[in-house]
Amino acid sequence: MAAAMPLALLVLLLLGPRGWCLAEPPRDSLREELVVTPLPSGDVAATFQFRTRWDSELQRKGVSHYRLFPKALGQLISKYSLRELHLSFTQGFWRTRYWGPPFLQAPSGAELWVWFQDTVTDVDKSWKELSNVLSGIFCASLNFIDSTNTVTPTASFKPLGLANDTDHYFLRYAVLPREVVCTENLTPWKKLLPCSSKAGLSVLLKADRLFHTSYHSQAVHIRPVCRNARCTSISWELRQTLSVVFDAFITGQGKKDWSLFRMFSRTLTEPCPLASESRVYVDITSYNQDNETLEVNPPPTTTYQDIILGTRKTYAIYDLLDTAMINNSRNLNIQLKWKRPPENGYIHYQPAQDRLQPHLLEMLIQLPANSVTKVSIQFERALLKWTEYTPDPNHGFYVSPSVLSALVPSVVAAKPVDWEESPLFNSLFPVSDGSNYFVRLYTEPLLVNLPTPDFSMPYNVICLTCTVVAVCYGSFYNLLTRTFHIEEPRTGGLAKRLANLIRRARGVPPL
Amino acid sequence: MESQKPAGLLYGTASAPSGAGSLKPANMAVTYCFSRLATALVAVLLLSFGSVAASHVEDQAEQFFRSGHTNNWAVLVCTSRFWFNYRHVANTLSVYRSVKRLGIPDSHIVLMLADDMACNPRNPKPATVFSHKNMELNVYGDDVEVDYRSYEVTVENFLRVLTGRIPPSTPRSKRLLSDDRSNILIYMTGHGGNGFLKFQDSEEITNIELADAFEQMWQKRRYNELLFIIDTCQGASMYERFYSPNIMALASSQVGEDSLSHQPDPAIGVHLMDRYTFYVLEFLEEINPASQTNMNDLFQVCPKSLCVSTPGHRTDLFQRDPKNVLITDFFGSVRKVEITTETINLQQGSEIMESSYKEDQMDEEAMEPLKYAEQLPVAQIIHQKPKLKDWHPPGGFILGLWALIIMVFFKTYGIKHMKFIF
Repeated sequence: MAAAMPLALLVLLLLGPRGWCLAEPPRDSLREELVVTPLPSGDVAATFQFRTRWDSELQRKGVSHYRLFPKALGQLISKYSLRELHLSFTQGFWRTRYWGPPFLQAPSGAELWVWFQDTVTDVDKSWKELSNVLSGIFCASLNFIDSTNTVTPTASFKPLGLANDTDHYFLRYAVLPREVVCTENLTPWKKLLPCSSKAGLSVLLKADRLFHTSYHSQAVHIRPVCRNARCTSISWELRQTLSVVFDAFITGQGKKDWSLFRMFSRTLTEPCPLASESRVYVDITSYNQDNETLEVNPPPTTTYQDIILGTRKTYAIYDLLDTAMINNSRNLNIQLKWKRPPENGYIHYQPAQDRLQPHLLEMLIQLPANSVTKVSIQFERALLKWTEYTPDPNHGFYVSPSVLSALVPSVVAAKPVDWEESPLFNSLFPVSDGSNYFVRLYTEPLLVNLPTPDFSMPYNVICLTCTVVAVCYGSFYNLLTRTFHIEEPRTGGLAKRLANLIRRARGVPPL
Repeated sequence: MESQKPAGLLYGTASAPSGAGSLKPANMAVTYCFSRLATALVAVLLLSFGSVAASHVEDQAEQFFRSGHTNNWAVLVCTSRFWFNYRHVANTLSVYRSVKRLGIPDSHIVLMLADDMACNPRNPKPATVFSHKNMELNVYGDDVEVDYRSYEVTVENFLRVLTGRIPPSTPRSKRLLSDDRSNILIYMTGHGGNGFLKFQDSEEITNIELADAFEQMWQKRRYNELLFIIDTCQGASMYERFYSPNIMALASSQVGEDSLSHQPDPAIGVHLMDRYTFYVLEFLEEINPASQTNMNDLFQVCPKSLCVSTPGHRTDLFQRDPKNVLITDFFGSVRKVEITTETINLQQGSEIMESSYKEDQMDEEAMEPLKYAEQLPVAQIIHQKPKLKDWHPPGGFILGLWALIIMVFFKTYGIKHMKFIF
């Protein structure tokens, strides 16, 4: 009886003004995609994007029905009159030199930049309140954003969405470099997704794998986009992106075979039922080249070719909504294998043990033609025991030279010669194959100036200590143990003195 | 309750005529008395039935509202920074895990962690915080929400959370929105001493401040009952000064004793948990939302043989007997729920949504196409004029300085120069 009352209230709410919206046409859509890119350095980059598009004017009052678009962000847009919001949390740095250009890079820490609508009167107040609200939603210390770390860029950070005029007065930008990103930021980010780590691509988002990476960046981007080709009305687009780079040595033990299970410890089981499109793209640009052979398993049914970031790239497409690819009995685990053995095949390193053995580093490198290869090693200088120094320590210590053993291709092929017939200078190294010759080169020895202690210090210390002990302790000892008595001045001649000498030697009191 | 009144009335009416009946003649009085006695007997029977029924209802009601609280909150604080204080973060997270498991939702938990151990560069297994060695139990989990983290864990923020005196822009997840029917669990861990607890190696909170904060909470009726647990060295000193009612306190060690850590893990390289919280966690792992374990069992957790320090507790300010206080009164969020089997049919009402959609379609054709902004319009940037800075009148200092200069000049050289200057 008592419980029927709240149930009745619930019924009234549901039959209220908005109603039950099963029959109306869908006004928001979800697209999800994962791009797997093998990087030139042997690592693998994975970029997730979840894009929810909502055909609605959020400025209209009374919007209270949210389906795929998360209510937390929708209310933010209408309350603070946002035009665009870009928030990212990143750990690590994208190494463009080794990994190539990124799709979307973010600075290490937390970055927030927002365009407000031109109806906002007090932009700074809205900015402060917005950063506080976001710190509650994403469990981050964004409440530390204030006027000391906010700027208003005048030329860059133009709006990424639709904009009729760009008065930079409505733009604010702040970065918190000390901000840590961890599971507590990933959890609310995942909860904003419509399928929320239960189905589709978001089942791969497990924190213990995603944070064991060289680079982790998660972001939320909200902007208005064209609703259709005519572009007369706007839709709100929410993009949630997550980029990670898995390190070959940490997760792969140096091997260059990758699979979804190896990266995420999960495989794809079913598509998200709320998604209109759910795809995995694998970068197979190096598939067709002669040098590298990249094998992708299961073989893709379709490919996509386009100019991405300036170069022509080919992607294999795996569509999760295709029942042939994935269904209740089959999981999708995409595997990448490199057929050719890796170039830098052999490295041997034996670290030094103090006073036992030195460092040994051996590497087999294939040097490309017309290029310069630099190998550098960092080392630290340590302090030795004072007996281990040579008599001339300020000269420095020598590090033995490095050895380079190389097979250099010959311009002209050589014939193997008989060692007894040929001159001695031609028979130093055995020649097995005439197309290249063997040579062993050495670098210069290195003279390292170690920090030398002041070797005169032990002498100085002994002197000082002995002086102090002698003066202080000796004086005290004398004062404490000796007695003083008055002595008469002597009034005698030489004989008396001699006699006193003898008497003193005998131990008898003097005259 | 309702049946009691008529029985009382019956009883009342039965007694008066019997008194009046004694004045009448004897035989008439006897028959009158008999009838009255019969009605009195019936009344007594009815009264007894009524009271049985009433007491049954009362029993039920008492059972329902036994503890006096309607909601549960938890404030869990770890006050230590730096990697070697891993165990304090693990302590707090293990209590967080137990409290969530027993039913308190994230919206009712304020979790404050002074440093990040899970994604610390020194953690060999990122995104994990372990409480048992050999990495048996990951107390960080996959669904954790930390409300105050890193530099936000300060004495000021902690006291503001407790007393509710928070700046208006603080988000909901960072507030303790308790009322006078809330049971609050407060757990603190870190490095402490006799009468103080150290926050992040830079400031302290004293036991007097804490007691005053609790008194503020009592005066503002922000709690019904409060359980305060502290796991630091000399933890008992922190609850010595409490003077507000309905507070029960537990500490891991007495004044003059140190709380010791439990076990190190060779792979991680630091101690994983403190002893007291380790045994409390083991105790709580056996509690489920329906268990009837009471506070006396919690007082027995970790005797001196296991903990090396002597855990203490204080119940003199608490009104109920600890043996009647269930563990789930503070650690869980046990709601009384009545399940009904009635079904209700819902109908669809979609006319209103369709009409609003049509409005949008009509508006579309009237407007002109929108376009995206150019990301790097070089010509526009080069030719834009820098904004003129707003003119502010000179301040008092500048005006005073100039006045002084002018005064000195005219005093030195005489007033006759004025007409040449102005």
